[in-house]
Amino acid sequence: MKTPSAPAFLFSALLLVAELPVEAQQPVSGYDYLTPEMQAMQDDPFGNPGMMAVEGGAELFAAPAANGKSCASCHGADGEKLDVQRIARYPVYSAELKQPVTLRGQIIACRNSRLGGPPLEYASETALLLETFVRHLAQGATVNVDVSGALAPYYAAGEKLFRTRYGQVDVACHQCHDYHAGQQFRGQVLTQGQSNGFPVYRFTAGQMVGLQERFTECLSKLRAEPFAPGSEEYIALEVFMNARSNGLKIETPAIRY
Amino acid sequence: MRAMRALWPTCLIATILPLTVSFAGDVAEPKESYFDWQVDNYAINEPLGGLTGVAARGREIAGDQLRGNCVACHQLPIPEQPFHGNLGPPLAGVASRQTVGMLRLHVVDQTRFNPETVMPGYYRRAAQLNRVARELEGRTFLTAQEIEDVVAYLATLK
Ligand code: HEC
Ligand code: HEC
Repeated sequence: MKTPSAPAFLFSALLLVAELPVEAQQPVSGYDYLTPEMQAMQDDPFGNPGMMAVEGGAELFAAPAANGKSCASCHGADGEKLDVQRIARYPVYSAELKQPVTLRGQIIACRNSRLGGPPLEYASETALLLETFVRHLAQGATVNVDVSGALAPYYAAGEKLFRTRYGQVDVACHQCHDYHAGQQFRGQVLTQGQSNGFPVYRFTAGQMVGLQERFTECLSKLRAEPFAPGSEEYIALEVFMNARSNGLKIETPAIRY
Repeated sequence: MRAMRALWPTCLIATILPLTVSFAGDVAEPKESYFDWQVDNYAINEPLGGLTGVAARGREIAGDQLRGNCVACHQLPIPEQPFHGNLGPPLAGVASRQTVGMLRLHVVDQTRFNPETVMPGYYRRAAQLNRVARELEGRTFLTAQEIEDVVAYLATLK
């Protein structure tokens, strides 16, 4: 049992009183809240269990689809023709679709329009593995979502969702993740809920989890009705969450509890 | 790596707030009617629905991950429960600082004290809740009886 530290509590009380604007807070990666052992495991490409998903994604990336083509036909055998700086900018606004497209959404669109075969579901394992592989290519790149232009209204909508109370528990995302990072929540340390490590390997669940699946998990804990994977709400929330992580390094696949 | 995995106590899996697992049980029980409450000078002085709380049951609810889970955020004199959190203040001695009516309002609706609170609404007006999981619609986090049990337990923390 951990003794609560008086300074930590005083600090949070101060935050509540002063209502520090969220913009004033520096983003801190979930990595910084891990134990040194867990950090070492994440940093070791041979010990990081999330690398299995990267390898699984690499195989799917190179596997010929219905029309004989694969992702690798356009983007290089190891994805070397993909621009990692561009990967770090997702979600981006698509003028064609007139809406933001998440990285997973882009992968699904490519696959459905250029490779043929049965359409890929947003929540499918194939989509998760491909996203893990592609985002891993940008590991170390700085998250850099531009919400000054066409994405601005989606960012605002996402922030509103982040600040809305949900479910029987009736608490909003920002109440936990803006005010209480670093504090002890039963056996866990609460973090800012930054998205720079996603998809992450969840140590306690023993599986990969995408960002929108994590939204669903937090909403279920609030005893709320989750939104659908790939829904307008989750896309807006992803725009906001990724922009909130601007400046952090992409860690995919990160390890989290 | 495998050795390291074994080092991790399974209790870390402990989730913070009730998960879907608890839904099935809840659904079988009949929905109880919502007892309205009045705030008078930062206190709800009348027990919800005129019910009487039992402190021993309240202590159990406060430690139970699937119900109150108060220890997720507060230090409480419940030593058999591991990992008390520190998101909220320690509650030992809370009844010597506050009246029972105030304690009831804290548990029913902490936003009355702090609109930005992270503390769950255990009995906020059900009609005002947003996007409650379909299986749980029309219900509050804790029942009126459970609220009274928890309040009775808090009243013993002198
Ligand atoms: C009652 C507290 C609470 C609320 C409210 C909450 N979460 Fe979380 N969230 C947690 C905990 C605990 C974790 C796991 C530890 C951590 O990473 O902070 C977590 C983790 C996360 C993570 C993963 C961070 C990482 O580095 O892996 C994201 C993203 C996240 N939450 C987003 C959200 C969103 C979006 C909402 C609202 C829909 C929300 N959370 C509401 C408690 C909460
Ligand atoms: C998610 C975190 C969380 C949970 C779970 C939680 N609380 Fe709290 N509680 C807080 C915080 C934070 C405060 C401090 C005031 C504020 O910010 O709202 C608080 C304040 C209180 C106070 C007022 C203490 C004082 O000295 O003024 C009481 C009483 C209380 N809580 C009782 C409970 C009980 C009983 C439960 C469970 C049925 C519970 N809390 C569950 C976070 C929590």
